[in-house]
This record gives sequence, C-alpha cells and structure tokens, in this order.
Amino acid sequence: MLEIRWHGRGGQGAVTSGEMLTLAAIEEDKYGQGFPMFGPERRGSPVAAFTRVDDKQIKIRHYVYKPDAVVVLDAGLVDVVDVTDGLKPEGAIVINTSMSAEEMKKKLGFSGKVATVDATRIAWDELGVPIVNTTMLGALLKVVPIVKIASLKTPLEKRFGKIAKKNINALNRAYKEVKISKQS
Amino acid sequence: MAKRKRIGMEVALAAAEAVGMCNVDVAAVYPITPQSHIAEHLSELVADGKTDTEYVTVESEHTSMSVCIGASATGARAYTATCSQGLMLMHELLPIASAMRCPIVMSVANRPVNAPLNILSDHSDIMPQRDSGWIVIFSENGQEVVDLTLMAYRIAEDKDIMLPVIIGIDGFILTHMVEPMEFPDQKEIDKFLPPYKPYATLHPDKPLTMGAFAMPDFFPQMMKAKDMALLNSKKTIVKVWDEWERKFGRRYRPVETYRTEGAETILVTMGSMSETAELGVDELRDKGVSVGLVKIRLWRPFPSDELKVAVKDARVLAVMDRAVSPGTGGGPVFTDIKAVFYGEDSRPIIVNYVMGLGGVDVTVGDFVKMGEKAAKAKKEEYEFYGVMG
Repeated sequence: MLEIRWHGRGGQGAVTSGEMLTLAAIEEDKYGQGFPMFGPERRGSPVAAFTRVDDKQIKIRHYVYKPDAVVVLDAGLVDVVDVTDGLKPEGAIVINTSMSAEEMKKKLGFSGKVATVDATRIAWDELGVPIVNTTMLGALLKVVPIVKIASLKTPLEKRFGKIAKKNINALNRAYKEVKISKQS
Repeated sequence: MAKRKRIGMEVALAAAEAVGMCNVDVAAVYPITPQSHIAEHLSELVADGKTDTEYVTVESEHTSMSVCIGASATGARAYTATCSQGLMLMHELLPIASAMRCPIVMSVANRPVNAPLNILSDHSDIMPQRDSGWIVIFSENGQEVVDLTLMAYRIAEDKDIMLPVIIGIDGFILTHMVEPMEFPDQKEIDKFLPPYKPYATLHPDKPLTMGAFAMPDFFPQMMKAKDMALLNSKKTIVKVWDEWERKFGRRYRPVETYRTEGAETILVTMGSMSETAELGVDELRDKGVSVGLVKIRLWRPFPSDELKVAVKDARVLAVMDRAVSPGTGGGPVFTDIKAVFYGEDSRPIIVNYVMGLGGVDVTVGDFVKMGEKAAKAKKEEYEFYGVMG
C-alpha cells in the first residue's frame, strides 16, 4: 500500500489533488482512498489531505501517519508545518518552490528523495491562476509513479470540464520540469 | 454474478446516487455538515432529471421530517437525511413516523451533538433516537452504504414491517471518503424494489385518520403494535439481505464476526471503526493474543440472540462505544449488551471503552492497546479511552 499526505492552504486544491489521484487509481481497477483532514474549511489556512492506493481492498480508516510520499503545494508551509513528520526515510517529498532540490533538501534535513518544481509559475503560464493542484500531481507522478498519467484523463475531465486540457498541460509540464535531489 | 467495474466516488455522493435509484417520490432534505453532500447531490440528480422526485427545500429538519411523514401517509415513497443538531430538532417527529407506520428512509451522517460544537464524527446523535421505534442499520464502508441504502425501502415497506429505517453513515470518516464502489443496474434495482403499495393512504375521496388522539383504551395497543413490529422485523430484514446476497454476492447479518473462532476476548464495534478494528485483531493474533471481533450491524431491533451465539465462548467482551450514556456508568452499546447476558448461566466479563468521541482518530494501534488491556480484564470496567482526568 502507498500512502500519500498532501499539504496545502485552503483553496489551493490539496484535497482535489488527493481525490484525482484516488480516482485515477480506481480507473486502473486498483483500490484507493482520498480524504481531507476533517474539519471546517478555511481559505488560506494550512490544510492536509490523504491518499491511499493498494491492489487489495483498503480496510484502514484513519489518517496517514507514516506516508510514503508527501506533497507540499505551498513552500511557505515548510516553515510552519512539520511537513516531513512521519515520512518514511526511504520516502519522497515533492515541494512547490523555485528553490533547487538540493537547497530544499538541506533546509529540510530529510535523508530521502527531495524534489522541487516551480508549480506556481507553471500554473500561471498554463492556467492563468496560481492553483497548483493538478500541476503538483504531475510532479508527484514523476517522483513516485503511482498511476499512469492517462488514467487521470477521465477524472480531470469530469472535475474540470472545459479547462481539463489546460490542467493536463500543466500536469505534463511539471512532470518534465520537476527536479529530484541526488540521493545522499 | 457479473463482475462490475468499481466506480470511484465520494461516499456521500454514492448515498445520494443510491437514493436516486430507489424511485423516491418525495425528498425533503435540509443540509447540515457532514450530511450536506448527500443533500446537494440528490438535488442535482433531481434537477438533472435523473430521478423523478419532488425535492422539497424545507427551512428546517423539523419540517423535513414533517414533510416526509405527510408524504408517506399519502402513499408516497419519502426520503430525508440529516445528523447531529438536525436530528435532535427532528426528534419529536421520529416516534410519530414509526407509530404511523410510515416507511420513510433517512440517512444519518453520524456526528456529535452540542455542546461544545463539533462537526466531526461519533454516535451521539443516533443514541437519543434509540427508542423512537425506527430500524437503525450501521455501515462500515462505501459499498455498504450503497447496498444498505438500496435495500432500505424493501425493508421499510415490507407488509410485515412497515416501519421507517435509518442508515447510519459515520460523518466525514465515511461521508467525505472517495473510494471504489459497485452499483447494480437500474433495471436490477427496479426488479428488486417494486413500486410502493401502501396499506392505507390519506386521500380526500376515502377519508381516514392516522396518528390522532388516543385514550388509554387504545394508546397502549398502538405502543405494543409498534414494539412487536420492530421486534419481528429482524427475520424479514435478514430475508431481504439474503436475497441481496443471492443477487449481488455481498452478505449482511445483524451481527457479523471476524476471527472469533476460539477467541478468548472479543471486541465489539459498530460503524466505520469496524474495519480498522479487524486490522487490530490481525495484529493481536500475530502477537499471540486470542482476540476476535463482533460488529453490530443492526442497532435496532437489537440482535440479542445473534450476539449470544457470536460470543458464546468468549471470556471477555470489550465493547467500543462511540457515544456516552451519561449517568448509566457506560456507553449505550455496553448497557444493551450487558442486558442481553442478564439471566444467562454463564456470562462473559464485559468491559467498556468509550472512544472516538468528537472525531478522535481511532487507529489500528488503539485497538491493539484496548484488545491487550481487555484480554487481561478480571472484572467489569468502564473507561474513556485516551481521555485524561
């Protein structure tokens, strides 16, 4: 089973990212769970969401405490939330920042894979808004190949309708542009 | 049985989809977190013409239940959904729905009741409805929400039952979870669930009275009839579940067991914590602790006989309550289970852990800890698990 934790700010789309990944896994006939950190929703405040993917039925029904991967949609959160909390040492963290992967790795002091991508810039270019959910999904899939990008097509089209194409472009660009730190 | 493609969807939306397949005539739903997505999605299905339902946008839950009772009394198939404060506001109408034998179906997105305000999950809202005369069924996952919702009207409208049904769907833990589920085809459901043929209806051409004033000569008979109907409903409920199993392959029982063979200690759970508890049992068994799990699916009528059979060889029962029954010295499930064993020659030691209140995340590790503690129990215990003071 793969467990992923998403960090974002209310309105950035962390919950949507988790849901899209879950739906793509289910498209591939796998089992998946996608859910937010439960509670009131407040725009701009730190939020978390979770995804589980497995080949068999998932029975576990609590938050993810030891993720295999963490995705951070807003680099500012690195200073206010313990984003690597519980992250498996052999796991990966993918962060939306203009910093290089090496710089971020040093800042986090995390021994596993650290990957960075300037998702905000990509989102401005491709979508015209700084909403980075689908963009970060592309970056994550390069670092941890959980589902095929093609499996996201139907969920993204259902969710985003006419702007699905733009989201897919942003996702593909992040997939190409994400940089992974050298293993220490 | 044809293999169906699993569809990924939020469970609240799946509940609304299932309701949309039941040919409901009248829905009166007032949105409240975490039930809101059911209310919203059902109204989308109505607006998109996917179900031919009159959706009454009421101003409160008191009215939503009033509308359902009125509609049901005229012979309409009626639906609502709520939780927490909404369910409390509805409370005075629930015994009316059951006494008038209105086969309404209601989804309850189980949430605590105030104060303090909390929107997450526990069973505090359903417990004050225990004695309202409704059938109450709990679900563990999205697939069960779909199945139990699709079966609810068959149960409610059965001539041997004619009682309203609540499907308990733990708030957030289930309602806000995106997961895979299978849906039967509409044609299969149309066959499984024929149109509602009421026993009696309110109609100006043939006036009659329902639920009116009753003096002592008649009132107790009504109460006895309701109680007998509820007690007797169990065998028909199981009959409907059996038919579902034959058609769709998934089995439901008033009390369900997991690894109880030879278990000295048995954990008892209800609702969404049950599958996590199964993983706790697996871990305990790996450690050599002789533990099994019993899950209460049917909360009302209470499955006393089935429970006795399920736990007959256990030394200790550890009842996990997601609600408190203040002043009784235990949670509501605990109190009911103790009553079951009064009068039995040999009874297990019964311990009670009140846990998961107000949305506390209950982990596999928590079940391991509670199971280990319960396995050593020498006498009855009641504690708020993980709560200081």
